[in-house]
Amino acid sequence: MKRVPEFPDELAPARKKLHTCIQCGTCTASCPAAEAMDITPRKMWRMIQLGLKDEVLHSKTMWLCSVCYSCSVRCPRGIPLTDTIAHLKQLAIQEGIKEYPESTCFYKAFGEVMRRYGRMREMEFMARYFLSTDLFAALDYVPMGLAMLRRGKIRIELPRLMGKGKLDKLFNRVAELEGKQS
Amino acid sequence: MKYLFYPGCSAMGTALEYKCSSEAVLTVLGVELQELDDWTCCGSSIAPVMSDLLSVVLPARNLAIAEQADRDRDLLVICSACFTSFCSANMRIATTPGLLDTVNEALAVEGLHYDGRVRVRHLLDVLANDIGPENIKEKVVRPLKGLMVAPYYGCQTVRPYGDYDDNEHPDSMVGILEALGADVYHHSYEARCCGTSLLTTKPEVGLGMAGRILAAASPADCIAAVCPMCQMNLDTYQDKASLVIGEELHIPVFFLTQLMGLAMGMSQRRMMVRRNITSTKPALAKMEKNTSRQVQVHK
Repeated sequence: MKRVPEFPDELAPARKKLHTCIQCGTCTASCPAAEAMDITPRKMWRMIQLGLKDEVLHSKTMWLCSVCYSCSVRCPRGIPLTDTIAHLKQLAIQEGIKEYPESTCFYKAFGEVMRRYGRMREMEFMARYFLSTDLFAALDYVPMGLAMLRRGKIRIELPRLMGKGKLDKLFNRVAELEGKQS
Repeated sequence: MKYLFYPGCSAMGTALEYKCSSEAVLTVLGVELQELDDWTCCGSSIAPVMSDLLSVVLPARNLAIAEQADRDRDLLVICSACFTSFCSANMRIATTPGLLDTVNEALAVEGLHYDGRVRVRHLLDVLANDIGPENIKEKVVRPLKGLMVAPYYGCQTVRPYGDYDDNEHPDSMVGILEALGADVYHHSYEARCCGTSLLTTKPEVGLGMAGRILAAASPADCIAAVCPMCQMNLDTYQDKASLVIGEELHIPVFFLTQLMGLAMGMSQRRMMVRRNITSTKPALAKMEKNTSRQVQVHK
């Protein structure tokens, strides 16, 4: 008899990690953002075990994870919960979920800047982020940005839009190798 | 003492004062730093959301450069997110059969190769354990007497890696702050999360997380931080966080190394305190006052 139902879906790797979960709720109790989640972490692990893929991937929960590892270090079964969340974020982006552009665009903009310059350019990253989400939301940050400019904490850098990216070759090679693996 | 040095992206921008104060303080403490050539972004907590392999290859690119530069030196990292990326890459490489070969297949396009042997160290670990409070105390010329400092470690400084301290109740900063002559203000949010990118993506949640830390630390004169992200979240968003938690917040947030530099007699200009957004004046005035009193006593 199988202890955990098997589903040959995208959640299978996460389910494998979670199969020793005893639903104790230590993760939820430890999470600094649990109160803002639509599904608590404990409940989400159970939903993954049950194969409720759509409900899980369309949930707000993973986008509220700030990667603080509190749940991971406290989990009595030693499950790498924070890494599981990163995996779920990956799947949700691959599925093309539309509900949380304020989060998905953040990863996209960061990735683009990293690939182009090899290092983070904080101002361009923020500009790309707000251009791809909500330019009006950026207005809210204007006073803070001006204060930071005045103190020399940030400086304006012109973007370099032409030419090859510093990490293009490495990113392409990684994509190739991942294609080969799957 | 000599270390290879990976500053990280923030240290070249918003946290330049962290890089400069760290370099200045370490030099006084007799530490030699060799910055990695042509280092690139560690991938932070973003790469694991883009691709599993990329989240190992991006840090491994820098680890390979470190290994090539000097295989016998530890790699010193001042940003806690970089620290986590590097430790995670090393851990995955050590525990996943065949992964190192795949990583090297990728790194070959950059003409690099990694053997998985670089030991990564957080600045706090080096200060607390390699150098130690005794040696720090020897260099203090203007003790921070009467200054109440609230240590703030954050998450990734001590979690899930960081074997040098407790995952949830760290105390590495205590000895250092005491060596500087400061009083340590303990609070229950020392290792709680600052909210990281949630302050941008989900401000209603992130600001509450940062705000609760600031409120808990508020009885102190200032906070000492050891991560660029934590310092920025706690320092620059205090007006917004006040509105979210319904409590007036106003507490200066220094990098630990800025406080160390000041105690070692370096100028405010050199420690770049102008770049700290929440006014540092009350805390600095208190330092000045107590220092001049000490000088008078000495006379």
